Amino acid sequence: MINRDLITRNINSRNTSNTYLPHPAVITEVITENSQIKTFVLEFTDKTLNTNFSYESGQFVMLSVPHHGEAPISISSTPTRPGNIHLSVRIAGRLTTALHKMEPGMTLGIRGPYGRPFPVHIMEGRDLLFVAGGIGLAPLRSVINYCLDRTGRYGTMTILYGSRLPSDIAFRQDLDIWSTLPGITCLTTVDTPEPGWTGHVGVVTTLWDHIQISPSDCTALVCGPPMMIKFVLRDLAGMSFSPDFVITTMERHMKCGVGLCGHCYMGGKLVCTDGPVFSMAELKDMDIEELR
Amino acid sequence: MKILKLEKSDLDKWLAEWMKSSPVYAPVQSGFGSFYDWARLEQGRMPELLPGVPKSSIKTFLFPQPETLEEFSADPADPSAFILKAPKTAEQLTIIAGVRPCDARSVSLNALPYAKDPYYSNRLRNTALVGFTCETQCSTCFCTRTGGLPTGTEGLDIAITRMDNTFLAEILTQKGELLAEAGRTGTDAGGDALSRLEQSRKNSGSPVSSADDPAPILREKDLMALYQAPFWQEIAEPCLNCGACTFLCPTCYCFDIQDEVIRDRGRRIRYWDSCMFPLFTLHASGHNPRGLKLQRVRNRFMHKLKYFPERFGPISCVGCGRCIRECPVNIDIREVYTDLLAI
Repeated sequence: MINRDLITRNINSRNTSNTYLPHPAVITEVITENSQIKTFVLEFTDKTLNTNFSYESGQFVMLSVPHHGEAPISISSTPTRPGNIHLSVRIAGRLTTALHKMEPGMTLGIRGPYGRPFPVHIMEGRDLLFVAGGIGLAPLRSVINYCLDRTGRYGTMTILYGSRLPSDIAFRQDLDIWSTLPGITCLTTVDTPEPGWTGHVGVVTTLWDHIQISPSDCTALVCGPPMMIKFVLRDLAGMSFSPDFVITTMERHMKCGVGLCGHCYMGGKLVCTDGPVFSMAELKDMDIEELR
Repeated sequence: MKILKLEKSDLDKWLAEWMKSSPVYAPVQSGFGSFYDWARLEQGRMPELLPGVPKSSIKTFLFPQPETLEEFSADPADPSAFILKAPKTAEQLTIIAGVRPCDARSVSLNALPYAKDPYYSNRLRNTALVGFTCETQCSTCFCTRTGGLPTGTEGLDIAITRMDNTFLAEILTQKGELLAEAGRTGTDAGGDALSRLEQSRKNSGSPVSSADDPAPILREKDLMALYQAPFWQEIAEPCLNCGACTFLCPTCYCFDIQDEVIRDRGRRIRYWDSCMFPLFTLHASGHNPRGLKLQRVRNRFMHKLKYFPERFGPISCVGCGRCIRECPVNIDIREVYTDLLAI
C-alpha cells in the first residue's frame, strides 16, 4: 500500500521555504591554492543567514554560478569558525572554469547544506589519521580544523597529503600551521619531484613507514581521487583497521542535492542524502565502480 | 463516500460545466492518425476513451517539462542580476479527466519522494484527477502485477465506472465533491451502489486483488544478490539506450536542472532526464561511474524494483505497459520481474 499519511501531511503543509532557491553570497576573498585550485571565501548577503548558517564538516552546498547552473561543492571551512564559508574548487568543467574567473565582490548563489557529515561524535577520544590526495584535502581541511578547535576531545592527529607535483601542493597555509602544532604529524609527498624538492617522493601509501599509528585506537578519514581511495582503503584493511572506523567520501554528479533527481544513485544509496560520507563497512556491501 | 449515477449526457454536462472555470484535459484521438494522447478539451470536443492508456503519461501534467524553478535578470546593469527568484505560482485548478487507474496511482507513488518538492506538491494541490476504471486490459497491461488494479481508485478524486448503459461516479475526495457539485447534475446512486459496483466488477471477470504484487518479496531479497544477478547482460544487450522507456514511464521521475539565458532574461529550468544516457552520471573530470550500458539498464530496473521499495514500500511501476509498447527492441519489464523474483 502507498503511505497516504506521508503524502497528505507533506502536501497539506504548504511549503514556505523553497529548497531549490539559492541564497546570494558575496565572494570576500579568493585564495589561490595552486594552478588549479582556488578557495572562495563567501558571505551571505542576508546578514541574519550569514550569522545563523549552520553546517557540519563533510557536508556540501549546491553552488550557483551565473549562466552555468549548479554544482555540488564540499565546504572546506569549519563550523567552529563562523562568519563565512570556504569552498575550495578545482577547475574541471564549464561551471568551475567560469567560477575561477570570478573575483572578490561578485555574487554567487548557495543552497544547502546537504548530506551526511563526518561522524565527529564516534571519533571522540580516538587518534585520527587523515589521508588526502589533491583536492580531497578540501572536506578533510574542514574536519581537521574542527577537531583542532575542539581541543582535548581527540587523540593524536596524523595528516598525510599526496600531490602529483610539488607545485600542485594546495592548502599550504593550513599545512604550514598543522606542521608546527604539537600532537600533529603532518607529512606531504609528491608523485613526481621537481628541482628543489627535498621531501618525500611516491604515492601517499608510501608514507605508512614514516608514521606510528595504532589501528585499534584510530579512526581514519580518507578523501582523494578514486584510485587513491581504493589503495588506501586496501592498506588500512590490511593493517586491521575496523571498517566502521575508516571513513571516506564519495563523489557523484548531482542536480538537486535532496535525493530526487536520481543522478547520484550508487547501488541503492543516494550519495547526496545517504552520503557523501560513508564508512568502509557501508561501502563493503555495495558495488562501487571506483573501488573495484 | 458518495456514489452518483450518471447518464452519458450528465457526463457531458459535467465536462461542459468544468470547462467554464478550469482547464480540462483528457485523452483524445488526434486528427492525424494513430496518436491517442492528452489534449485540452473545448466545448464540443469530448474525450475519446479507448482501451488502455494514452501515449504519454500523466507526469506531463504534475511533473511538466520544462518547469521553471527560478527566474533571474541577466542584465549586467541590473543590481539584482543573477539573484534567483522563484516564479509566482498560480492557484488555479486543472482538471484531468479520463485518467486510467495506473496513471492515477503513479501520481501517488511519485508523491512519496516528491512530497517535499514545492513544485510537485503545488501542482498536486491544484490538480483534480477524474478517472475511468478499465473494462479492457491490453496485452501490455500488467497493473495487477505491480500492486494496482484495473478498477483501482488510488490517487483519483472521482472514479467513474460504466455499468450497463449508465455510469457510477465514486466521489473519493473533497476535491471530488467540489467537482461533482460544480457539474450540477447526477443522482444519488443509492446505498447499495458500492456493493452493486463490486458485484458487477466480480461478474466482469476483472481481477479483484493484486496478489501478484512483487514488492513484499523484492524488499526482502538481498540487494547485492539482485545487483550481481547473471541475467543483466542478457537484458541490457539489445538496449539502444534511447531513453524512450524513461520518458514515457509515469514513475520515472529523474530530472536535470539547467540555466537558460536569452538576452537579458534567464531562468533555471528542470526537465526530464534519463538514467539510460551516459551523460547522466558523467563527472566534469571525465570519470563516469555508470559508463557501461549494462550498468545503466540495471540501474533503471533496480531503482524501480529494489531501491524504491526499500525506501518507500511499493515498487515504482504501475503496469501501464508504455515501455513495453514503445521499446524499439522489445525489452519487457515483466520478464525482468520474473528474473528478479527467481533469484
